[in-house]
Amino acid sequence: MDGKIIVDVKGVSKTYEGGVEALQDVHLAVPPGRLTTFLGPSGCGKTTLLKIIAGLIEPTAGDVLVKGRRISGPGPERAFVFQDFALLPWANVLRNVAFGLELRGMPVPERHAVARTYIAEVGLAGFEESYPSQLSGGMRQRVGLARALAVDADILLMDEPFSSVDEQTRRKFQEDLLALLGHQRKTVIFVTHSIEEAVYLSDRIVLLSRRPGKVSRVIESNIDRSGSPDDIRRDRNYLDAVDEIWRTLKAYLP
Amino acid sequence: MTIFGWRIPLAASLAVWFLAWEAVGQAKLSMIVPPVSAVVVAGMELMPTQKFLSAAWITLTAFGTGLGLAIVVGIALGVLMARVPRVGDILGLWVNIFVSAPISALVPMLMAIVGIGQATVVVTVFLFAVFVIILDTEVGVRQASPSLLEMARSFGASRRQLYAKVLILAALPEILAGVRLGVIRGVKGVVIGQLLISIIGIGEMFELYSRNFLMEEFWALVILVFLFAFAVSESVAWLERRIEYYAGAR
Ligand SMILES: Nc1ncnc2c1ncn2[C@@H]1O[C@H](COP(=O)(O)OP(=O)(O)OP(=O)(O)O)[C@@H](O)[C@H]1O
Ligand SMILES: [Mg+2]
Repeated sequence: MDGKIIVDVKGVSKTYEGGVEALQDVHLAVPPGRLTTFLGPSGCGKTTLLKIIAGLIEPTAGDVLVKGRRISGPGPERAFVFQDFALLPWANVLRNVAFGLELRGMPVPERHAVARTYIAEVGLAGFEESYPSQLSGGMRQRVGLARALAVDADILLMDEPFSSVDEQTRRKFQEDLLALLGHQRKTVIFVTHSIEEAVYLSDRIVLLSRRPGKVSRVIESNIDRSGSPDDIRRDRNYLDAVDEIWRTLKAYLP
Repeated sequence: MTIFGWRIPLAASLAVWFLAWEAVGQAKLSMIVPPVSAVVVAGMELMPTQKFLSAAWITLTAFGTGLGLAIVVGIALGVLMARVPRVGDILGLWVNIFVSAPISALVPMLMAIVGIGQATVVVTVFLFAVFVIILDTEVGVRQASPSLLEMARSFGASRRQLYAKVLILAALPEILAGVRLGVIRGVKGVVIGQLLISIIGIGEMFELYSRNFLMEEFWALVILVFLFAFAVSESVAWLERRIEYYAGAR
């Protein structure tokens, strides 16, 4: 196994029943400990690719290797954060965050202790007993993130987690996510269709072409992330990367 | 209810109806309408009698057994129909026919098959209640959010966990609505079953009173059965309201 690659996508194609060809021969190597974003036009197969890596969808052809082993379904080393949050409406925040651990059969006191830690970590301390319907969209997604962190997977798969929250919440959430990941050392694969979000969060951006999705380019930028969020957004490299991606993506517009 | 532009509270409107009933009864307009006061007195006298208590017990047993079976079988079949396309295809049509079919017409046939007795009543209650429970459960399970199922799978849920921790709970509002309708139909079933057999339980008493024109006792019994049906369906409705906080948020 190559120590520099944690997720290896080898020649993955996906044709849905009904004949929609979502992905065509995708090759992609994801390095560990970094945040990689998938960026591409709507409907190009980003979600499909992420769910194939998660083991939730079977590829029509090709393989996905995680830590060198071929996957055949979901596994404990991967955790998913859903675009629509996917919270249990009948369970409070505490139980939702602990749900992954509950499924693993961890006893109640232990899993609640773990869940409380991560609830505090994502900034929701005090909301343990609230139900999802009582929370705002941004808070719900924090619950989704805490649930994924609680199972302590090495790989976090996030499908447009901020797409249904407002702009201010989204920015705050992005900053918090970077801060959180700064001391978690996880591999994150992040799907978005916002160029700014992709460049702000990651320095490894995989551009997918229009359907059927293929990897069209991998852009590595070198942004100095030591400064404040506003410094990052004014960084020369940040602006260059946004510009370069925009020029590439423009070519896919009809 | 409003009369001449006045809003009348429910209890008051009930009182008005009872007063009207009393008046008609006192006027002795019809043999089958005794004054409501006499009915209440008859009911009070009836309730502590050994005859009533044992009839009520037999009736409750038949109702409970039939309904319990209907709930277990109904939920299981409903889940199966929603999750296994083949089962849904095979049973769907029949369930839809039977849910609106006049089940009472089947009771004489049941008597021929099951015999005349408590078992027939249990089967009648079961048949009255089960189809609506199947149908509502199926709808509920079908409506369960696919993204919740995907979420559970992504966190490694086993098949059993998928059903116990996601599907059934997601379908609970519909299941309870089905059970409430099943309860109401079950009450009908137990009365109709016993009436048609007319040798056991409340049905036998109904038969006895109407044949001998004991209208006061007859109406007392009717009111008691109404009250029972109302109480049971209200308690299921109470359960439904308790879980409503999330039903609205789905
Ligand atoms: N279950 C399915 N059955 C059939 N076609 C599907 C299914 N899921 C997705 N598709 C189609 O496959 C293509 C890729 O879908 P996918 O959701 O992966 O795109 P996406 O890049 O995530 O899009 P978006 O930016 O809108 O989220 C789309 O054309 C979509 O309509
Ligand atoms: Mg998508």
